[in-house]
Amino acid sequence: MLKILKYSFYDLMRSRWSYVYFAFYLLLGIVLLFLNNDLSKAVITLMNVIIVLVPLIGTIFGVMYYYNSKEFTELLLAQPLKRSSIFLGQYLGVAISLSMSLVLGLGIPFIFYGLFKSTAIWDFSLLLITGAFLTFIFSALAFNIALSNENKIKGFGYAILLWLFLAIIYDGIFLMSLILFEDYPLDKLSLIGTMLNPIDLSRTLILLKLDISALLGYTGAIFKQFFGTNFGLIVSIAMLTVWVLMPVFRIIFKSKKKDF
Amino acid sequence: MVSIQNLHKKFGKNQVLSGLDLEISEGGIFAVLGPNGSGKTTLIKCLLGMVIPNKGSISVMGENVKNGSAYRHKIDYLPQIANFPSNLKVKELIKMIKDLRGNTTLDQELISLFKLEPFLDKKLGNLSGGTKQKVNLVLTFMFNSPLVILDEPTSGLDPISLLRLKKLIQAEKDKGKTILITSHIMSFVEEISDEIVFLLEGKIYFKGSINELKNKTNQPDFEHAIASILTDNHA
Amino acid sequence: MKIKIVSFIAIFLASFLHAQTIEVCEKCPVSNVKDAIKVAKDFDTIVIKKGTYKEHDILVDKPLTIIGKDYPVIDGEMKGEIITVVSDSVTVDGLFIINVGTSYTEDYAAIRVKRSKDFVIKNLVLEKLFFGIYIEKSQNGKIFHNKIIGDAVEEYNSGNGIQLWYSKNVEIEHNFVERVRDGIYLEFSDFCTIKNNVSANNIRYGLHFMFSNDDIYQDNTFENNGAGVAVMFSKKIKMYNNVFKENWGTASYGLLLKEINDAEIKGNIFSNNTIGINIEGSNRINYINNDFINNGWAVKVRGACYTNHFISNNFLYNSFDISYNSNINDNIFDKNYWSNYTGYDLNKNGIGDIPYRPVKLFSYIVNRTPETIILLRSLFIDIIDFSEKVSPVFTPDNLLDNNPKMKRITW
Repeated sequence: MLKILKYSFYDLMRSRWSYVYFAFYLLLGIVLLFLNNDLSKAVITLMNVIIVLVPLIGTIFGVMYYYNSKEFTELLLAQPLKRSSIFLGQYLGVAISLSMSLVLGLGIPFIFYGLFKSTAIWDFSLLLITGAFLTFIFSALAFNIALSNENKIKGFGYAILLWLFLAIIYDGIFLMSLILFEDYPLDKLSLIGTMLNPIDLSRTLILLKLDISALLGYTGAIFKQFFGTNFGLIVSIAMLTVWVLMPVFRIIFKSKKKDF
Repeated sequence: MVSIQNLHKKFGKNQVLSGLDLEISEGGIFAVLGPNGSGKTTLIKCLLGMVIPNKGSISVMGENVKNGSAYRHKIDYLPQIANFPSNLKVKELIKMIKDLRGNTTLDQELISLFKLEPFLDKKLGNLSGGTKQKVNLVLTFMFNSPLVILDEPTSGLDPISLLRLKKLIQAEKDKGKTILITSHIMSFVEEISDEIVFLLEGKIYFKGSINELKNKTNQPDFEHAIASILTDNHA
Repeated sequence: MKIKIVSFIAIFLASFLHAQTIEVCEKCPVSNVKDAIKVAKDFDTIVIKKGTYKEHDILVDKPLTIIGKDYPVIDGEMKGEIITVVSDSVTVDGLFIINVGTSYTEDYAAIRVKRSKDFVIKNLVLEKLFFGIYIEKSQNGKIFHNKIIGDAVEEYNSGNGIQLWYSKNVEIEHNFVERVRDGIYLEFSDFCTIKNNVSANNIRYGLHFMFSNDDIYQDNTFENNGAGVAVMFSKKIKMYNNVFKENWGTASYGLLLKEINDAEIKGNIFSNNTIGINIEGSNRINYINNDFINNGWAVKVRGACYTNHFISNNFLYNSFDISYNSNINDNIFDKNYWSNYTGYDLNKNGIGDIPYRPVKLFSYIVNRTPETIILLRSLFIDIIDFSEKVSPVFTPDNLLDNNPKMKRITW
C-alpha cells in the first residue's frame, strides 16, 4: 500500500491541479494577512473558506482522480497486489497531497507573518487540522461515489450533490426542524444533528474557539457540558475520525466486490 | 496450468459467461477467440482476479484465484488498452512496476529490442499509441513468469515491431511458458498459436488445434473456418 | 481675624498634643482591641501589634485612628460582626480580619460604618467573610487599598464585598474583591466614585447599582463574574474606561443596564463576554469610544430603549454585533467600526460607501429558538442573513450605521 501511496502521491504532486490548489491557498493567505493586516479577521475568513471550499475541492478532486487513473488502476490490478492496498494507496495519495497543499499554502504566509509569536496560533492550527480532516473525509466520500458509479458524469453529479447537501441543504433542514420543534428540549437533538454532518462538525469545532462566548449563552445542560469543557473538543475530533474511517472501510469493502 | 470449472458471470442482466469449463495444460500458445461480446476479456479478467465470478472456480498453477493476490506473481499480463498515468516518464513507469513486483534485468534487453531508448525520458502522455503498446510489451515480458496473458498484443504495432513480437512470443514458448492470446487478426493467430479456444455465448464452443478446426468445419483455411462457425450459429 | 486664626491653631495644637497613642499586643497592658477603645479618648491612635486577637462586636464609638502593624489578625470566630463604627472621623488601617459570622437574618460584616461621616477604611485584608465592608447611612468616606477574598459558593448564603446603603460621597479606590456575592454593591447611594478596583470571580455581579444616582465608576476591571456589572434603576451614572471581560454564562453579561437614564458609557473595553451590554428600558445613554471584542453579543437590546447613541465604537469579531427582539428602532448608530463590515470605500474618505446593518436575521432566530446557535457561521445562515440584509423583514429596517468606518478607531 505504501508503494501505491508513494506513486499516487508523486503523480499528484506533479499534476497541475495540486499547484493550482496550492497557489490558491498561498494567495488567499497572503491577501488575507498582508492586505488586511488583521489576524483575527483573517482567521474568521479562513474558517468560512475552509468549511465551504475544502469539502468541495476534496470531493471533486477525489472523483476526478479516480476516473482519470482508471487505466492505471487496471494496470495495478493485474499486478500481484491486494485490491484494498491499491485503492487505499490511491485514496491516501489524494488526501495527503490535498492536505499538504492546504497546510503549506496557508501555513507559509502565516509563518512569514509571524504566527509563532501570535496568540492566534491555536486557532490557526485547529483550522488547519479541521481542514485536513475535511479533506480526508470528502476525498474518501468521493472515492465511494466513484467506486459505485461507472459513469463519470453521474459520479461528478452525485459528488456535487453530496457537497451541496452537506454544505447548505442539510443546515436548512436542520434549522427548519429546530424551529418547528422549538417547544421541545432540543439541545440533544441539535448536537446529534451536528455530529451527523462532517461540515457541521468541523464548524462546531472551530466555533469552540471563535465563538465560545456566544455558545455559552445557551441554557441547556448538555450544551454547557459540551461547549464548556474539553468534552466538546474530544467528542468532535473523535467523530471526525469516525467520519474518516466509515467511508474508508466502505472503500475496502466495495473494492473487494467490484469488477473492472 | 490453468483450470476453470463451471464459470458464471453476469453483468447486470447480461449473462457473459455461463458455465465455462477450461483446462489449459503447461507449455504452448493458446489463442482465445470469439465474436465481440463472447466473453474473452471477461474470461481473462476472471483469471486475473479483476472480475469476480458469480459462480465457479478458477485455479492457476494449483492456487485458487480467490485466495489472495500472490498467484499473480506467476502471471504476466498485457492489457488491451495501454493507458498509463500521463505524468510519469517511461523510465519511471518501468522502475515503478519493478518496485511493485520485484526486480528484474530483462527490461534493458526488451527496451533495446523495441528500440525504446529515445523515449525513456518522455512522459507517457506524449507517446503515440504504438509506442505506448511497446512500453506495454516491455512491462509484460520483463518478469519472465510461467503464464503470459496477452490481450490484443498487436494493436498499434508497426510491421517490424510485429515481427519482433512474434519472435519474442516464440522464444518465450521455447522456454516452456504457457501463453494465452486474444486477437482479432486471424493470420497472426494462425501463425503463432498451437491450440485455439473458441468462445461462443459464454461457453467453450471449440477447443483444439487449427487443423482440427478446419476438419470440423470442412473449410480449407482458418479464416473461413472461423467465419463458418459464426454464420452457422447466427444464421 | 488674627485672634480667630491663632485660637484655631491653638485648639488644633492642643487637641493634637493631647492625642495619645495606645499600643495593643498580647503582653502589653492593653491586650485587646475592645479594652483599647474603652481607654482611648477622642482622636487617639490605637496601634495594634502583630498577633491574633479573637474578638467580635468591637464597637468604635469615638473618633479614633486604629492602625494595625504588620497585619494583626482579628479573628471573629464566626460569632457575628467584627467591627462596628458609629462615630465620625474614624480611620481603620492595616488589619487582617477573618471569620465573620454567617446569618440568615442579619447581615454581619467584617467592618460596618453606621451613620458616620469622614471615615477612612484602608489597607484591610478580609477573608472568610459574610459581608465585607458595609457602609450604612454614612457620608464623605474613603475606602481604599483593601483586599477582600471570599469563599462564596451560593448566592443565598453569601454577602457582598463592599456595600453602600443610603450613603453619599464615598470614594472606593484600588480595592481588590473576589469570590463574594456582589463585589461592590450600591443601594440608594449617590455621588460616589468607584475607581481603579478589580472585582473578579464573584458569584453575582462584579459591581451592582440599585436606585443610586450621579455616581461615577472608572478604570475598574470586572472579570469572570457571574454576571458582570449591573446598573439598575439609577440615573446619571458615568462609566469610563472600565474593562469588562470573560463574563460567561447563560444570563451573563459584561454590563446590564435596566431602567437607566442619562448615563454616559465611554472608553470601556468589553471583551469575551457572552453579552457585552444587555439593555432593558434604558434611555438617553451615550455609548462613545468603547471596544467590543470577541463577545457573543456585543449589544443586546431588549425593548423599550429610546434615544440611545452609539457613536465611534469598535465592534470587533463579535459573534453578533447587535441583537434586537423587535423590529422597532429609535437608537442611533453612527461612525462605528464594524469588523464584520464588507463594504468598500471608493472615495477614500475612511467611511464605507454603503451603510452597515448590524442586526442579522440569525440573531433574531437565535432569540426565538436558542438551540439554533449551533448553526452559527453556517453557509446556509450566511445566505439567509444576506437575503434579510437586502430586504429586511424581521429586523428593524432603519437600524443602520450610515457612516461605518473602514479602519479601527483609535482615541
